[in-house]
Amino acid sequence: MSNQVPMEKKVLNENQLIANELRAKFCEHGILCLNLISSPGSGKTTLLERTLAAFDPKQRVVVLTGDLQTENDAKRLARFGFPVRQIVTGGTCHLDARMVEKHLGEWPLESFDLLLIENVGNLVCPSSYDLGENAKVVILSVTEGEDKPLKYPAIFFKSELMVLSKMDLLPYVPFDAEVAKQNARTVHPGIEIVEVSCQTGDGLQQWLTWIEKKMTAIKRTAVTA
Amino acid sequence: MHELSIATAMLDQLEDELVKRPGVRIAKVGVKIGELSGVDPESLRFGFEALVKDSHWDPLALEIEYIRRRQKCPRCQHEWTVENWSTECPECSEMATLTLAGDELQIVFIEVDEE
Repeated sequence: MSNQVPMEKKVLNENQLIANELRAKFCEHGILCLNLISSPGSGKTTLLERTLAAFDPKQRVVVLTGDLQTENDAKRLARFGFPVRQIVTGGTCHLDARMVEKHLGEWPLESFDLLLIENVGNLVCPSSYDLGENAKVVILSVTEGEDKPLKYPAIFFKSELMVLSKMDLLPYVPFDAEVAKQNARTVHPGIEIVEVSCQTGDGLQQWLTWIEKKMTAIKRTAVTA
Repeated sequence: MHELSIATAMLDQLEDELVKRPGVRIAKVGVKIGELSGVDPESLRFGFEALVKDSHWDPLALEIEYIRRRQKCPRCQHEWTVENWSTECPECSEMATLTLAGDELQIVFIEVDEE
């Protein structure tokens, strides 16, 4: 006899449970966790380099960086004196909450205020996996197509902020920044946008201010909780 | 291509269901996949079938309900299914509209055969 049993469960229930635990832990310690997502080569690591370089050495920040292979990004990011760990996925095209939990390991979370996670370069798969972050940040460079938000709507829909990167190259490429921004807002009306050039430093301050604003909000929630 | 991981996560959950229901076999699983979920239904089916074939699950059918994005206008209360990605309200041109559906990635039912 065949019998249909209703089951209202998320497919990624296991990932969700771990992500929820991580989020609760981050909240308890007043840590802001950002999940940075983009295509390969959009400038995630360079943006992180410029971000870490701009921070006061006393800033309590920690970085996890994901790639299919190599420790190259961790080496690049470790030069700034903040704790960095590489997550080598060995072929997996995204980070999941279990990898984050494992690589945070025994790090004393109470000693940090900001956790930056650089996801694997991919606009599709990372959008399905909650890592316990407070916000996803999507990076789109001007050397890509301005229709990326329409082609990969899931990640633009789920990101709180879009960083339009490599703005210094705008004069040399057929990229219409206004159209790109309009496309992002079409998919996600409330998305915030900053324009950044890691080469000239233009716009970096807006990005840093955005992080600061988010950190202040998290601290306030942690205090009231 | 993360649909194989998604399919694996589905089968892991079905494994839990089997433990809860000794003596039954699962004949079918139904999922909802939203167009904003980041999951491609055809790739999911491909990965799922590859995992099921010749395993202890075989035969196990997969029913996918694809959910289109639905928006609601906070100003005029109009609700509609999104075409061409535009989230602007077709009735009153409000830009900041709300998403009602489309990011589902859920198991909604299993069909079990009692032995």
